[in-house]
Amino acid sequence: MLIRYLALILGCQLVGETVQVATGLPVPGPVIGMALLFAGLLVRRGLPAGLEGAAGGLLRHLALLFVPAGVGVMLHVPRLAEEWWPILLGIVPGTLIAIAVTALLVERLGRGSIREEDKV
Amino acid sequence: MSAPDLAEIWVYLSQKPLTGLTVTLVAYALGDWLYEKSGRHPLLNPVPIAIALIAGLLWATDVPYTDYFEGAQFVHFLLGPATVALAVPLYQQLAVLKKSGPALVAGILAGSLTAAGCAVLLGWLGGASETTLLSLAPKSVTAPIAMGIAEQLGGLPSLTAVLVILTGITGGVLGPLVLNLVRVKDWRARGLAMGVAAHGIGTARALQVNAVAGAFAGLAMGLNGLATAILLPAIFALVF
Repeated sequence: MLIRYLALILGCQLVGETVQVATGLPVPGPVIGMALLFAGLLVRRGLPAGLEGAAGGLLRHLALLFVPAGVGVMLHVPRLAEEWWPILLGIVPGTLIAIAVTALLVERLGRGSIREEDKV
Repeated sequence: MSAPDLAEIWVYLSQKPLTGLTVTLVAYALGDWLYEKSGRHPLLNPVPIAIALIAGLLWATDVPYTDYFEGAQFVHFLLGPATVALAVPLYQQLAVLKKSGPALVAGILAGSLTAAGCAVLLGWLGGASETTLLSLAPKSVTAPIAMGIAEQLGGLPSLTAVLVILTGITGGVLGPLVLNLVRVKDWRARGLAMGVAAHGIGTARALQVNAVAGAFAGLAMGLNGLATAILLPAIFALVF
């Protein structure tokens, strides 16, 4: 029953948003909802096939969901044109350095716990 | 009564939610088709292609972003449920996550500080204005958290949303190339780095490539949001 699991996912988000508004936590409602669903799965000890299907459907084209916000780049063209150099410096090398540093550190710290199948 | 001309029809259609929604899906489908056609070449990521196509169309037809968003918001809305759904791949990789606890926590803290630190330092070296710098600081964090942090620091939340997407695209497109360059073979490390530095767009890319990498990316995105939301305002209060 796909509807039931979509309702479960939306319900987790709704509870998450409510908790966020009620407590003023700096974490958005959907992230709290993710933690709730994860905790629920831990308690239940098992993943219903329908939930796997519903989640898979939402995540298969996750990248698509960022397009509408990305088109908002139109609204900031004057600032981007004026400050393109510092923005480019902060974003491109800044992001790539963070990726390299994080990956190298985690690989080094995780040497003892790696399984053969988790290597490229 | 004469038939309306094409321009009138366009004015009518451009204000309908259906148009913005259709344009979003068609542009993404085109981007995805190009990506598949190229053998999934990282430089042909469908997100920047779709954004460029839509922004170009809106600019050429003089349609304001807010009219477009009337329709596109239905796609945008799904970001919330999709974030909740990340609990599923996380649960599926529970065994690997449990074994990697210390590496995971250290990686997220280091990634959070490196991403924000490099953004502010490099932006400052490049001569960014104060508003831009403050909007740039949380750029690696998932959009809703990043916008909240920017507001708290005194940046522009709507500018931060755009910088967050540009960061995600950079990580999603160039991240795998950098990971190959520094020869990281551990899927956990590759996924975690993509999630920490390039949030949901990095996670989307990691999920496509490897299930373990996808789960680590999703977890890293969530925990990095939490870590940065707590650390960044505290560090700024101490330093400035």
